[in-house]
Amino acid sequence: MPVLHTVNKSPYGNQALSSCLRLALPGSHILLLEDGVYAALAGHGAERPLCDYLAHSRVHVLDPDLEARGLSGRNLLAGIARVDYPGFVELCVASSKVVAWF
Amino acid sequence: MPMTRSILFLNRHAPHGSIHAQEALDAVLMASAFEQHIELLFVDDGVFQLLAGQQPQAVGLKNFAAAFRALEMYEVEDLYADREALLQRGIDAQDLLLPVTLLDRPQCAQRLAAADVVLSF
Amino acid sequence: MKFAIQVNSGPYQHQASDSAYQFARAVLDAGHEIVRVFFYHDGVNVATRLATPPQDERNLSELWGRLATESGVELVVCVAAAQRRGIVDGREQHRHGKDSDNIANGFVIAGLGQLIDMALSADRLVVFGD
Repeated sequence: MPVLHTVNKSPYGNQALSSCLRLALPGSHILLLEDGVYAALAGHGAERPLCDYLAHSRVHVLDPDLEARGLSGRNLLAGIARVDYPGFVELCVASSKVVAWF
Repeated sequence: MPMTRSILFLNRHAPHGSIHAQEALDAVLMASAFEQHIELLFVDDGVFQLLAGQQPQAVGLKNFAAAFRALEMYEVEDLYADREALLQRGIDAQDLLLPVTLLDRPQCAQRLAAADVVLSF
Repeated sequence: MKFAIQVNSGPYQHQASDSAYQFARAVLDAGHEIVRVFFYHDGVNVATRLATPPQDERNLSELWGRLATESGVELVVCVAAAQRRGIVDGREQHRHGKDSDNIANGFVIAGLGQLIDMALSADRLVVFGD
């Protein structure tokens, strides 16, 4: 079962996502939540490492946190799936363990 | 608990500027009483926790890093640090307050993937 | 499935203790079990009985307390972290000669062993922090 990594910080102000991407193995999953959801937006300067990761792994973004931040109508990076809190729970169930990055 | 599980403590924050490092070490020492397999992985600014010669008394803080040397007594011996994180920060292995195993990035990723449970600090 | 939840952040300062609460609710709604919620670092401050946020804002202490009362989930506040930050129950009040206690309904103070125990006995540990 894949490892689920949770990232709750914006990629601009904090190293959490970049560190996660360096240590997450192919086939793992990342869930972006809280301020981490900003990384899901298409067309931002820091998207390359996340796009590279998407080529071999899965990225999810917590929809309520997108909505909270006025991002619901914006385009996300191709391949990123929106999940709600029940979906977050399901991701945990389907993973071998959860690693938090903050 | 029927079988031994491995707990990995993921240390990513520098000491003293926040409580992460000190209270992580408290948790490690408690974990040592459970006779499970314990690993510590230091990445990002977490590698600064391992620097020798810290004098937190200079700012009125506790020298909790001295407890790192007690880990061996508690049979917590699997300490790993990201070699690249040390390099980026200009730290050599001889600058560290205790011996740790330096890992390259893929090896750090393997340790993280292999643990049964990860406590992030 | 058995979940263990660790809350490392204080209320209002960061979103983590809110996210943890919503996650806990979703875990229970999905029919899973929560072994324990463990509050560490500034997360112990969620357990104050004395918070009085504005009426149009959520009261995190009460939300968590209500979750515990309704579902029987154990909310454990780390004793060492609580001592540092002044979250006190009756026993700690008397042990340390404090003039009152301030722990919110639904929370108990216990040792770090409870964190390790839940990490080992749950199927999934989920950490919320900053």
